[in-house]
Amino acid sequence: MTRLKSPAALERARKQILSQRDSQRPCVAICTGTGCQSYGCNKVYTAFVNELANTGLQGKVDIRQTGCPGFCERGTIVVITPEEICYLRVKPEDVPEIVSTTLVGKRLVDRLLYEDSNGKKIAYEGDIPFYKRQMRIVLGNNRLLDPKSIDDYIALGGYSALAKALFKMSPEQVLEEVKRANLRGRGGGGFPAGTKWETTRNAPGTTKYVIVNADEGDPGAFMDRALLEGNPHCILEGLIIGAYAIGSHEGYVYVRQEYPMATENVSIAIGQAREYGLLGKGILGSGFNFDVTVHRGAGAFVSGESSALMTALEGMVGEPRPKYIHTAVSGVRGQPSNLNNVETWANVPLIVNKGSKWFTSIGTAGSKGTKIFALVGKVNNTGLVEVPMGMTLREIIYDIGGGLRQGKKFKAVQTGGPSGGCIPESLLDLPVDFDELTKVGSMMGSGGMIVMDEDNCMVDIARYFTSFLGDESCGKCVSCRVGIGQMIKILDRICQGKGQRGDIELLEELCEVVRDVSLCALGKTAPNPVLSTIRYFRDEYEAHIEQKRCPAGVCKALVSYYIKPDKCQGCQICLRDCPVEAITGGKGLVHIIDQNKCTRCGTCLEVCPSRFAAVARLSGEPVPAAPPLGTKVVRQKGKQ
Amino acid sequence: MNKVKLNIDGKEVESEEGMTVLEAARSAGINIPTLCYHEKLAPHAACGICIVEISRGGRSRLVLSCIYNVEDGLVVKTQTPKLIKHRKMLMELMLASSPAIADLARQYGVEKPRFEDKITQCVLCGRCVRYCNEVKKANAITFVGRGINRRVAFVDEAVSKGVCMDCRECFGLCPTGKIPRETDSACFDGLTIQDILFDKKGK
Repeated sequence: MTRLKSPAALERARKQILSQRDSQRPCVAICTGTGCQSYGCNKVYTAFVNELANTGLQGKVDIRQTGCPGFCERGTIVVITPEEICYLRVKPEDVPEIVSTTLVGKRLVDRLLYEDSNGKKIAYEGDIPFYKRQMRIVLGNNRLLDPKSIDDYIALGGYSALAKALFKMSPEQVLEEVKRANLRGRGGGGFPAGTKWETTRNAPGTTKYVIVNADEGDPGAFMDRALLEGNPHCILEGLIIGAYAIGSHEGYVYVRQEYPMATENVSIAIGQAREYGLLGKGILGSGFNFDVTVHRGAGAFVSGESSALMTALEGMVGEPRPKYIHTAVSGVRGQPSNLNNVETWANVPLIVNKGSKWFTSIGTAGSKGTKIFALVGKVNNTGLVEVPMGMTLREIIYDIGGGLRQGKKFKAVQTGGPSGGCIPESLLDLPVDFDELTKVGSMMGSGGMIVMDEDNCMVDIARYFTSFLGDESCGKCVSCRVGIGQMIKILDRICQGKGQRGDIELLEELCEVVRDVSLCALGKTAPNPVLSTIRYFRDEYEAHIEQKRCPAGVCKALVSYYIKPDKCQGCQICLRDCPVEAITGGKGLVHIIDQNKCTRCGTCLEVCPSRFAAVARLSGEPVPAAPPLGTKVVRQKGKQ
Repeated sequence: MNKVKLNIDGKEVESEEGMTVLEAARSAGINIPTLCYHEKLAPHAACGICIVEISRGGRSRLVLSCIYNVEDGLVVKTQTPKLIKHRKMLMELMLASSPAIADLARQYGVEKPRFEDKITQCVLCGRCVRYCNEVKKANAITFVGRGINRRVAFVDEAVSKGVCMDCRECFGLCPTGKIPRETDSACFDGLTIQDILFDKKGK
């Protein structure tokens, strides 16, 4: 392909690509996102290639390896267009049947379809409840294109927003449109992107930088990963438009080392964009020059913080700088640098193409557009969900997420990544947007959403997230390094049953110093997990401290397992499965757990047949004395 | 240089643009306590002791005075109950790992910390690191590790003998006084700064 030298050339290229494609020709779209990779999607792809060749369908059916559509729970996902038949959990051995039944026979393979809770099969992607309630304006294209193909992106109208911005709008008009759209940063802070752009645009400096923050590091979050892997061109297009509005000619994509496929796909995309004249000198024949470099992060969570990211870009240790002067004014090498998250950039082409009016028609008063969440934890349908701002937590967790696993009782949902907060059941009808989440002591963050059930101990959860932040703190501020360190020690001792009266208050006192004195956002938000769990689950802290009881039965030091002599049938299952041989007894004899040997792994409770239910988990109460060794079991009626 | 007028603890202070609040206060004879700060070195903003409350136009917030530049019309408070409480907690946190700063901590009303920590003496104020890098330009020592594992060490312990000039000028800068003033041979006998701070002899 030669360089595209005008918007008309781009449009001609698009028409040419479309003319070589038949929209009615069947296409098998196979998700090759990271989730499906671990299910073995590459083998599914190979199986399709071979099977189509064997059946003589080669050239009559298209195969496309796409990015992640989000329903990671059910990978490998295969969608057959134009009908949009959605097959889930596809294995290589299912492929011949799909080809013969669906592609040749035009019938459905029932067993691979989604089945709702009433046992009804759903054939089409759009009808599956997980997708039905979503609004996939950003993520939706992932399924429609091969991320390694710029032609696929152009065929979908890609880079038309860039053409519009460069030839029909002044940089000021682009800036104004983004400001009017009230696009708020999707990476955590929720700061209005347009305002940030304007700051960088107006700041004095010889060189101005625009940067994509793809240092996504929250445990359980993969929104940015899926976008960068699945649709890198839309992020590039947003970045180029932003650079035009700001007056920047140099950009970076800061992507973490741990995302090899994202790095590969965005690097390929940059190469293709250069070849097509969409990056480099005189983009699309305009007078605007801009190019991008990919910078791989070295794997520090704190490098997602703007000033730390820029320090790392300069080749130094990724450590936040004091930033009473914003990086938008003084960032990379002291120059004005505008940093936005992957998802924020991905929204830009949409705003330019469809207008701020369209964008602001979605969402709530203060938060516009959609947000992608990584819905994970104890929920039936885990994966990526994109919903309009303002949808309630209940709708996301129950209507899209399909409710909790194994009918367990909901306890809390943790939003905003490790420095977010835990939201209790009483607030499930909270509309999800930037301000509402902050009000209840949590935050939007980059969009992590971890669902917890009755089996989660909230003190243990607070300890987990605080430990994560303690490890990931750069260690410079005393308040953050030592403050979080001491918080971890207190949480540890509470979980070990060594908590003392006054520990909750001491934690609160520490939280205040960590929040007020630490310089960067990591320290300032680090107390959230502890403060929100104290706020909503204080009773659990008190149970640990006062009664030495872990209500959820998680904290090993506070639980013990006991075999009820009147229930035990002497079946020897737990005895055999105990990994530390702590259970004694014999066939027909009451089993006894040696409390000194027991490691509280809970295996005995799991394996004891439910019809016996002989193993009990105790917490906060003494273990009853065991019967003498050799006691015969009491046979239950109707059982042998 | 443009003159900037601000108010610190009720006192009208005139200072120059580009100065920090800490510098402006000190030039007016108002003491803001510090620990990691040293006038010869670039501010490090790590210990948090110099925290002050600033307000302008009704909104107030807490900032570190060693890195916050003066602004016209800024109102600064250096001794509110909240600030005093925060400083006390910071001293308490540092004292837990550094008994060497006991005298200093006492000035903030901290006798015995409520926390237990591994005794390392070093409070990671970075004075020695900054002196070696900024003034001596030797770059022999640096921070190593992250979070609770952060420590001061020679850049590369294998080559440190060639890099460290053995000037011993960092000794006197250490607020804990634990970098020994006398060693027998060059380069601290091959010890890391952290080894020396451990104060194996004195405990």
